[in-house]
Amino acid sequence: MKAAVIVFPGINRERDMARTLKLASGREPAMVWHADTALPAGTDIVVLPGGFSYGDYLRCGAIAARAPVMGAVQAFAAKGGLVLGVCNGFQILCETGLLPGVLMRNAGLKFICREVYLRVERSDTPFTRGYNAGQVICVPTAHGEGNYVADSETIARLEGEGRVVFRYTAPDGALAPEWNFNGATNAIAGIVNARGNVLGMMPHPENHVETALGPTDGRGLFQGLAEYLDRAA
Amino acid sequence: MKAQVTVTLKSGILDPQGKAIEGALKSLGVGGIASVRQGKVFDIEIADGDRAGVEARLREAAEKLLANTLIENYDVKLIG
Repeated sequence: MKAAVIVFPGINRERDMARTLKLASGREPAMVWHADTALPAGTDIVVLPGGFSYGDYLRCGAIAARAPVMGAVQAFAAKGGLVLGVCNGFQILCETGLLPGVLMRNAGLKFICREVYLRVERSDTPFTRGYNAGQVICVPTAHGEGNYVADSETIARLEGEGRVVFRYTAPDGALAPEWNFNGATNAIAGIVNARGNVLGMMPHPENHVETALGPTDGRGLFQGLAEYLDRAA
Repeated sequence: MKAQVTVTLKSGILDPQGKAIEGALKSLGVGGIASVRQGKVFDIEIADGDRAGVEARLREAAEKLLANTLIENYDVKLIG
């Protein structure tokens, strides 16, 4: 796994992400500055971490989506390269158009920072192969704009094509409004693009990977990715 | 020349900020308000160009950056 973590001004989760990528793969990821116009040679996954790129000015992720490095990220994705966007990274992917829809202000208007439960909807993606379909994982979340919204045709297409990968649920995997804490359409927490090589998700699996800090439910995502990429290499 | 680009949420898109403002106005006793939707206004100074060219450029600006046309409408107005 040769990961490239994109660093935008105002991002604050890039070191957590880099630490987790190293933990999963044994390899230090490249940190790529937003003003760069190319990815390091041999990059096999691009990660857009969480934070507040450009202070969330205009719309969350809007300015970062137009940063010079995003041309290279779009070309990489168009060739089938894996792209993972977490939190602000998900917002950036939506603003770039690599993923459909938009992340709106949380329905309850509050920034919500706590552990949440996600049901893994499918295990046959490079991102979720470390889990079983239907498995519920506990990971932290921290965002004010995570309320996933798209027009009804887009939602129907995402659901019909099985592109909703993570959903907010109760600890037993049941859907319930009180566990869909940000009001996302159909409790959507993470989606993939049509080709399945770009994943955006609001919660932070990279923060639940070490026993010293609590649950390790986030590990499956990164270990699954590392195994997938090492096998491909 | 000056211009103003206004960006508003499309109808049907939930606007929790507008709802919160609406609630605050009601609690302040400002009567007769049915609903509030929040938007953005961009005041832009134009360096050069004729009116038609400027309008086309501002539309490009709105399409490329100022508005997310999935959820927002925009309006371009040239002033003076």
